[in-house]
Amino acid sequence: MITLKGLTKRFSGEARPAVDLLSLEVAQGETCVLIGPSGCGKTTTMRMVNRMIEPDGGAIEVAGRDVTHADAIELRRSIGYVIQQIGLFPHMTIAENIATVPRLLGWEAPRIAARIDELLELVAMDASAYRDRYPRELSGGQRQRIGVARALAADPPVMLMDEPFGAIDPITRGRLQQEFLRIQRRLRKTIIFVTHDIDEAIRMGDRIAILRAGRLVQYDTPEAILARPADAFVDEFVGSDRVLKRLSLLAAGPYADVGRDLRTTASIAAGASLRDALTLLLVDGAEALAVIDDGGRRVGTLSLEHIRAVIRLHEAERRAPEQTR
Amino acid sequence: MLVEAWMYLAGHPAQFARALGVHVALSVVALSLAAAIAVPAGMYLAHRHGGALAAINAANVGRTLPSLAVLAIAMPLLGTGFLPSLVALTLIALPPVLINTIIGVREIEPDVIDAARGMGMSSREVLRRIELPLAVPVIFAGLRTGAVQVVSGAVLASFIGGGGLGDFITSGIAMMALPLILVGAIPVTLLSIGADALFGALQRHLTPRGLR
Repeated sequence: MITLKGLTKRFSGEARPAVDLLSLEVAQGETCVLIGPSGCGKTTTMRMVNRMIEPDGGAIEVAGRDVTHADAIELRRSIGYVIQQIGLFPHMTIAENIATVPRLLGWEAPRIAARIDELLELVAMDASAYRDRYPRELSGGQRQRIGVARALAADPPVMLMDEPFGAIDPITRGRLQQEFLRIQRRLRKTIIFVTHDIDEAIRMGDRIAILRAGRLVQYDTPEAILARPADAFVDEFVGSDRVLKRLSLLAAGPYADVGRDLRTTASIAAGASLRDALTLLLVDGAEALAVIDDGGRRVGTLSLEHIRAVIRLHEAERRAPEQTR
Repeated sequence: MLVEAWMYLAGHPAQFARALGVHVALSVVALSLAAAIAVPAGMYLAHRHGGALAAINAANVGRTLPSLAVLAIAMPLLGTGFLPSLVALTLIALPPVLINTIIGVREIEPDVIDAARGMGMSSREVLRRIELPLAVPVIFAGLRTGAVQVVSGAVLASFIGGGGLGDFITSGIAMMALPLILVGAIPVTLLSIGADALFGALQRHLTPRGLR
């Protein structure tokens, strides 16, 4: 859906290119997270896709169309755009903010009004209560929801999101991330998502592109990046708690032991992560957890020993990456 | 003395009405011209980095020139009468409007402009839908300052034959007639206060609700 080929950008007065021969592909309906230390070129790369920054070399294709020569205004109207500071228009109501792109596209008023209500509902805000409010009357989390709703207004197939949850307190951020995942499961947009938070990248990304000094270091699924970091830089960037991060990607259900019937004092949902299971085991001091499926049936048990076995497997895999690939 | 001033006024209603008319016309036209020049120029200059700074500095220098000096300069260049007075008063009103327009546009959060452009607004759409409405409160503060300066500055138009309420003051001074001075001075003071109140109200009224 989005293809970057040998993308290069050099800002005048800087020794090395901000983005250096970067190539990657984002499949339709996938979220590609661009991550790396500051100055790695992640935001520059994202901003070249809607031509907020003009590349010096290389090609960008969106839905098979070379956009480097497309009309920039028309291109931007077809791509959702969310930035960290949101940039809601303070002099416009929430409804007017959301209506921005549909108005630019010349939609009829009744269609716009219906779309505003639909989007407010999508981002879990009461349309009748918030439609006519102004941005400064909203909390940071609510503003960010409106930012997402505004970007989705004209139903663009592609979204660009630059640290959309970056300026929000951790609790609200977690909730917004969950909500956005729910929305994305329904809408299946093709998303380029910039962040500097590796936990966010692991949670939000179908694939993660790790950038360093304008170059792509590794581009893979969160699971693969945690399991097989391409080099020492990625390993360090991912962090020493990658063991826990990897556990957070695995659902407890498939690891439940159906054979032995251990004595359990606590239970966990099959859809919860192994990391949650580990936390519960440690906090609760339980010998084992009963794993419960959606229907409330007990599918098996999970003990500290089981989780340790999963970690041992992961570590063995890391030490011998060639054989497991 | 006030009674004497009132009696003079009552005795010369046509003369007073003409002077008041000229005074108001000078002020309104000068301020309108200044707005017509300074608002678009400020909008344009706000987007040029060096240009904005140079313009603000130039305007600040212009601001320190006494109104009388501007009028005095206008006389040898443009002669005497209504038109030179009008040009001089326009020049007096330009700096505050220009400075405030530039500042009003430049103080807008960069993220707001980035979001507008990123969603596909053209430069013109950004200007009309975002920058102008957001800069309106600051622009009107500039117009308010300009209006007061023009109304009081127009008194001096009398020196170069521009007419207006200043005529009463200048002849009053020449004839040492205090009541005559008041016939000019009191209405000018009221006009200034009125202009200030009017633009204050306009500023409040035109400030978008979301910013209030």
